[in-house]
Amino acid sequence: MNTIAEKAAQLERDFTVFDDWMDRYNYLIEIGKTIPQLDEKYKTDAYLIKGCQSRVWLYANLEEGLIHYTADSDAVITRGIAGLLIRVLSGNTPQEILDADLQFIERIGLQEHLSPTRSNGLVSMIKQMKLFALAYQTKLNGAANKENKHV
Amino acid sequence: MEEMIHGLPDIATIRKDFPILKQYVHNKPLVYLDNAATTQKPLAVLNAMQEYYQTINSNIHRGVYSISVEATSRYEKARDHIRDFLHARESAEIIFTRGTTEAINLVANSFSGKFIKKGDEILITAMEHHSNIVPWQMACERLGASLKVVPLQSDGRLDMEAFKALLGPKVRIAAFTHVSNVMGIINPLGEMIALAHEKDIPVMIDGAQAVAHIGVDVRALDCDFYCFSGHKIYGPMGIGVLYGKRELLDQMPPWQGGGEMIDQVSFEKTTYNELPYKFEAGTPNVAEVIGLDLALTYLQNIGLDNISRHEHSLMALLRKELSALDGIRFFGDHPGNTSVLSFLVDGIHAYDLGSVLDKFGIAVRTGHHCAQPLMGILGIQGTIRVSLGLYNTKEEIISFVEALQKAISIFK
Repeated sequence: MNTIAEKAAQLERDFTVFDDWMDRYNYLIEIGKTIPQLDEKYKTDAYLIKGCQSRVWLYANLEEGLIHYTADSDAVITRGIAGLLIRVLSGNTPQEILDADLQFIERIGLQEHLSPTRSNGLVSMIKQMKLFALAYQTKLNGAANKENKHV
Repeated sequence: MEEMIHGLPDIATIRKDFPILKQYVHNKPLVYLDNAATTQKPLAVLNAMQEYYQTINSNIHRGVYSISVEATSRYEKARDHIRDFLHARESAEIIFTRGTTEAINLVANSFSGKFIKKGDEILITAMEHHSNIVPWQMACERLGASLKVVPLQSDGRLDMEAFKALLGPKVRIAAFTHVSNVMGIINPLGEMIALAHEKDIPVMIDGAQAVAHIGVDVRALDCDFYCFSGHKIYGPMGIGVLYGKRELLDQMPPWQGGGEMIDQVSFEKTTYNELPYKFEAGTPNVAEVIGLDLALTYLQNIGLDNISRHEHSLMALLRKELSALDGIRFFGDHPGNTSVLSFLVDGIHAYDLGSVLDKFGIAVRTGHHCAQPLMGILGIQGTIRVSLGLYNTKEEIISFVEALQKAISIFK
């Protein structure tokens, strides 16, 4: 199993092959097409990420101690960004996700999607993915840690 | 070289006055097409504000020393200029605010507090910007009044029959926009104000999207309140104007309390200053007022009619070029509109196109444009909006359309 850092490094290598922003965007769009299909029943307001100019739905489930994300968006670039994050974070433990360093986003030239304007969903997506991880981590810790029970 | 009009400066000369237009974005020249969001400032405005701080900066209305007297005089002359710009009767009816949003909040608080009670109604329209919705919602909540909304026709224009029907006996004020920030539609103010006044309903007009494109005569319109923002008319941010009829402003209680707006202060009782100072608490943005003054002068030197003609010819070109592309859907577009155009490309999200257009140096706005209720009525999440200003050129329109075609090819 690859660590998050290894997956991020691989993604960074994949992107830096492209000099041209258009090629990078095309690659991002391709990544977006590879996201595991989000079940229709999760395309509701409850799973909608706030702070996006485009709509993004995100769901996470825990299987044998590892989190798997699925997502969808009505904007193709946003779906690509979700795909990037899923490629790096999915299949890891909640704690690994909580500790993840996501600096690679800036290094592959997508930093404008990190700006604190209402339009960008990247920051909200990362926050939501980490919240899911926190919730599952808390669940795993069990009733023993009563003060960790609230999320 | 493109000439704006015989005898007046050509567009290349005008563009030299705006240093930011020389900027490069992603190694491409900046093509700034988001003037409805904010406009760029000519050197005359920038220099005037800098010069103010370098020569006469001082607190106004109080000093007996020379630079304070000079600064006060410049500030009040700016007020007179704006009075003339709007064709108002007297300068006491011109109040400086931080912008259109603050002007609307001022009226929504002060007028409502005095004249609106439980069970009354406030009337707005479905095409309003959030700044002309939320202050009234808040007032309704505070006072137990209800908000009524004039619906639109399917082509985006106001439903005038519904408007007439909604001018009922409980309506205490009607507030609507002069020009839609999403669609560029100009509302028939003369007719609407006359109808409202027949029922003794005062009218507040949000002129934020109008003043840089259409001449405004508040007496000819006979509106009770009119407001606009400096930064949308080639002036700085942080300054706006509220015009109000004296008869109403005199009756309205002050909104913000503090220095400047007082007459006598004691802990037992404080009395308030006369108009306009009653509504101008605290130290004003003197530099910004001077900036706005210079911006209006700059516009008047070119001529609002000439600017309007220039923008209309660019809009005609834009419409023609966009209509030639497949799958373009316009929203509320009419030939008489101001230079704002909202559209979508079938099957592609506005955010996707806007992000890619940026890579070509193109600055357009995507999203709901602070008009979520309007988006709901149009049945969409958002649009791509092009909004022109006096310094835009034919070449920029062509660059935009070419960039749009390239962007579309990425997603189709």
